[in-house]
Amino acid sequence: MQLVDHVQDARRQLEICNSCRYCEGYCGVFPALERRTELADGDVKFLANMCHDCRACYYACPFAEPHEFAVNLPVILGQVRAATYREQLPTTRLAAVARAGLRRDALLTFIGLLILVATVLKVSGSSSLVVAHVGPGAFYEVVPWVLMAGPGLLLGVYVVTVLSIGAWRFMRDTESSPSQVLDLQALATAGWEALTLRWLKGGEEGCRYPQNRVSRSRYYLHFLVFGGFALAFLATAIAAFYQEVLGILPPYSLLSAPVITGSIGGIAMIIGCTGMLWLKWHTDRRLTSDELVELDVSFLVTLGLSSLTGMLLLAFRGSPLLGSLLVLHLACLGTLYITAPYTKFAHFVYRYAALVRNRLESAREIAAQASEGGP
Amino acid sequence: MHEPRPAHARADRRLHNSAPTGESAADVIVVGGGNAALCAAMTARHKVERVIVLERAPADQRGGNTRHTRNIRHAHQESDAHVIGTYEESELWEDLVQVSGADINEELARLTIHESVSCPAFMEAHGANWQPPLRGTLNLARTNRFFLGGGKALLNAYYATAEAMGVQIYYDSPVKDLTFDGSRCTAVIVESNGERRALGARSIVIASGGFEANLDWLERYWGPAARNFIVRGSRFNDGVVLERLLHAGAKAIGDPKGFHAVAVDARAPRFDGGIVTRIDSVPFGIVVNSQGVRFSDEGQDLWPRRYASWGRLIAEQPGQVAYSLFDSKMHGRFIPGVNPPLKASTIGELAGALGLAPIALERTVSEFNRSLTGNGRVDFSQLDHLSSNGLLPPKSNWAQRIDTPDFYAYPLRPGITFTYRGVEVDSDARVKREEGGTFDNLFAAGEVMAGNVLTKGYLAGIGMTIGTVFGRIAGKSAANYATG
Repeated sequence: MQLVDHVQDARRQLEICNSCRYCEGYCGVFPALERRTELADGDVKFLANMCHDCRACYYACPFAEPHEFAVNLPVILGQVRAATYREQLPTTRLAAVARAGLRRDALLTFIGLLILVATVLKVSGSSSLVVAHVGPGAFYEVVPWVLMAGPGLLLGVYVVTVLSIGAWRFMRDTESSPSQVLDLQALATAGWEALTLRWLKGGEEGCRYPQNRVSRSRYYLHFLVFGGFALAFLATAIAAFYQEVLGILPPYSLLSAPVITGSIGGIAMIIGCTGMLWLKWHTDRRLTSDELVELDVSFLVTLGLSSLTGMLLLAFRGSPLLGSLLVLHLACLGTLYITAPYTKFAHFVYRYAALVRNRLESAREIAAQASEGGP
Repeated sequence: MHEPRPAHARADRRLHNSAPTGESAADVIVVGGGNAALCAAMTARHKVERVIVLERAPADQRGGNTRHTRNIRHAHQESDAHVIGTYEESELWEDLVQVSGADINEELARLTIHESVSCPAFMEAHGANWQPPLRGTLNLARTNRFFLGGGKALLNAYYATAEAMGVQIYYDSPVKDLTFDGSRCTAVIVESNGERRALGARSIVIASGGFEANLDWLERYWGPAARNFIVRGSRFNDGVVLERLLHAGAKAIGDPKGFHAVAVDARAPRFDGGIVTRIDSVPFGIVVNSQGVRFSDEGQDLWPRRYASWGRLIAEQPGQVAYSLFDSKMHGRFIPGVNPPLKASTIGELAGALGLAPIALERTVSEFNRSLTGNGRVDFSQLDHLSSNGLLPPKSNWAQRIDTPDFYAYPLRPGITFTYRGVEVDSDARVKREEGGTFDNLFAAGEVMAGNVLTKGYLAGIGMTIGTVFGRIAGKSAANYATG
């Protein structure tokens, strides 16, 4: 795996940063770095996952290229993060497949479509893809509930499992013992920092994204993607409640809670993902690398397409297009779930773990200062 | 999301055929691209239309030694969010005299100090951001205000502001000469794309720095030893404009041989290594030369004050090299350098790794260890008077045995920060002439005239003070002359 190379170069660059320290006012990475005189692999991983890619440090760095030190923390820490996610894959061959990005996603979606279409043809008959379905249970006339919920549940369990193992490994590598991590104050403060994107702004009014100008665009777009995802998740939960508890089968009316929540979420995700992709397209090319593009772009495209097909399904659910749109939507979701633990989707797990670790460390530092009678 | 930007704000802009040329290319031309130059250009632009900045570096290396700065020293009456306590003008004056001696130009020094008070407001108004206190306000500095992200971030803000104001900035545009008509500077000769062209202006501000990156020039005074110096700052500070000014009869100031140098890692890049090449291990052990012999008191004063003298000390040693030794007790006690120290389990082995004679180094270390009779606990936060006994040179503070493996060493060389040689100016930043009087329309700011205020020694952040104060004065004087 490339993790070793990336960690080594990240360590080289961070050691330069640690003897410079000019950037310490930008974000949490630098004060955390200054607490260390030597950087173990776990330290590098921790610092990398603290980094929100605000890029302020790159533009401030007198040692960035063309300087021979070639310091570029946004790229190298991003590469370490990508490697952190991919580390959860069982084999290097799979990791190589995971690096294929959009081509991988296209292939997965295509395979998903083939399986779904074959299943639908066998189970629901050849006409179910081309005729209109109306009334309660319309979706299940195309894809029976068991075949929709079963694989969905399995994929959900798989995502949670992989991410849990990743979180456990991360805590092990950064030497955060479970007893430490169960510090409610640290958990809460880190949670607040994660939700408000405290470190995304790089100590300024916004981040230097996509170019060297302070901008809030990425800050707002992130809220749209994250908020939209949360709403879509909520809509699914409400729909499950309707179906399982109230016994009302979908599709639900346009003014029902699941449709309103899901629609707001879907539109937010479409705007958020498109905006993020626009930013990435216009980004400063010195601050990106192929693997970061794969990681971010494939996630944004998959999530955006899942949202888009979901909204199209809502718009055309009364027409004969229902069957084919449903199958397309499910195939996109399948790809999103399968790839989630290894794409940008996974970042919130490691980011939160790193923020908790950072809180624990700085609390300890403050306590140590207090016991010395001052800084 | 695209902010409207003036058409000339392209970062790669060189002088091209449609650029202004000839006798009246601008109202004010500023030569240089660092802090003083930008302060002069922005100040002038508040008053006149056509201001040109000629930066000799490419855009991605713009800004001279300002790239490596971190803070500005300024007097202030009260605390605010970014400095604590008071720092009276009188106290700053005393600090300056303490490092530079009494023979400084008192008028200009007091002017600098007085004007330093308004520097932060000027900087903020032109885009500067300050670093917030990181570990509680107790850690705020009193004498120096830190800009967020350091000098390059400040430069980015200044360049953006200057461009937005309509200052025309040209990169890769070294000034090779100046032409004169009596006491008036008629034009600067710029070399761009292999061609020389003359650009004239009503007023010209020289803010092109010193000559510390010109090893040939340093060799005139230092002989072949200059080849072993490391230049901490920009490789573009070759002093060409300073040399042409002096050639044209500008009155010189400052010791021609004088430079400020600190101990840096001998493995540092020849140019532009900046802050990360400095080595702070000296007070934590001993320093020997290439003969394996100590040559100065490693514990003479608190390190921040003493730190600046080691560059000169090493420059005077054979081969301009020295080695800072310490043992495992001290490892991790100071900010680590960019390169790890060399490491060995015995002194003899360490000598081998450094290319020193093991016998000589072992003798130096054992003599040093034998001279330590006290048993106190070292305290680096103050002069602890734990000193050697009967040793020459002594180690006056923090002396403790070097006896616990592993043993470590950093190879050191002199790292030049800046030179003191410059041109003399008056209180309007107007350049004085050797034959008496001043040039009519020629002004100077920054390192090229810092020798008026700082003749030797160094105070952290004073270079930015002089550059900002005299940049503003030069910009204002130049604009006044241009409109007068």
